[in-house]
Amino acid sequence: MTESWKTDEIEKRNEKYGRYVEAISPRTRTLPSLLKAFAIGGLTCVIGELIGDGLAFLLPSVSEEMIATFTSMILVSAAILFTGFGFYDVIARHGGAGSFLPITGFANAMSSAALEFKSEGLILGTSVKMFTVVGPVVVNGIVWSAVAGIVRLIISMITGMI
Amino acid sequence: MEMLYPETWWGFLLMYLMVFVGGGLLCALAQLLIIKTKLTPARILVIFLLAGIALQTVGAYEPLLNVFHSGVSVPIVGFGAALAKGAITYAQSYGLPGALAGGLIQTAFGIGAAVVMSYIVTLIFSPKCK
Repeated sequence: MTESWKTDEIEKRNEKYGRYVEAISPRTRTLPSLLKAFAIGGLTCVIGELIGDGLAFLLPSVSEEMIATFTSMILVSAAILFTGFGFYDVIARHGGAGSFLPITGFANAMSSAALEFKSEGLILGTSVKMFTVVGPVVVNGIVWSAVAGIVRLIISMITGMI
Repeated sequence: MEMLYPETWWGFLLMYLMVFVGGGLLCALAQLLIIKTKLTPARILVIFLLAGIALQTVGAYEPLLNVFHSGVSVPIVGFGAALAKGAITYAQSYGLPGALAGGLIQTAFGIGAAVVMSYIVTLIFSPKCK
């Protein structure tokens, strides 16, 4: 009897505490944060398109695929330099998903982890921690792209036999 | 890439508008997931990456790329699509080993740049106080 009374009391207290936390934690206003993510994400893509079109204009003999590759290399390198100078934090504070979903966010996550753990040494700090944030993306990317490759291979084998 | 937009100044503007809208909508969707669900950014990145792999596998990525250009290739969806494209292409020529390596081969330029640049930046800069 007393046991259930106790758990009841604890539950009530937890509920009250939950309401309290909700009341004092800062609220993200939905619409402004969506618009900011839209604007910063869209702008990052426009910059990528400008770089790609510029490269295609300067290097007309290079294939479309290599232009796309060079474009992402430039975006990644720029984002990492921005991270080093501390500019990217400013963008990330406003952009939310607009700053982490583009490939520049991937580069920022990697370089900021590498930089943050510099004090623990280049091998046990930087080299170990470089993939703490982006590791899931790289691992899932390799595993599921391999699955995609096998699935399409099997499909083409079946259609080849028919 | 197919030429979808007319080669006039308004065709050019329309294309850039689609890049902005496509990329913006993807990021706004990710932001909505952050606000409305308890998903962490890392999980959302993986979800969009898998979406890119799935789109490429069923052949729906190329048409989207023709419309939105960098609007889909710059977000992480494009990274997933590139991984899947490599795996599919190399699997056709080398079989199973190709499927395992293709994703990395296709994205090696970007990943190489990211790792080397991160290392150099770490050597030059020190972490900033927040």
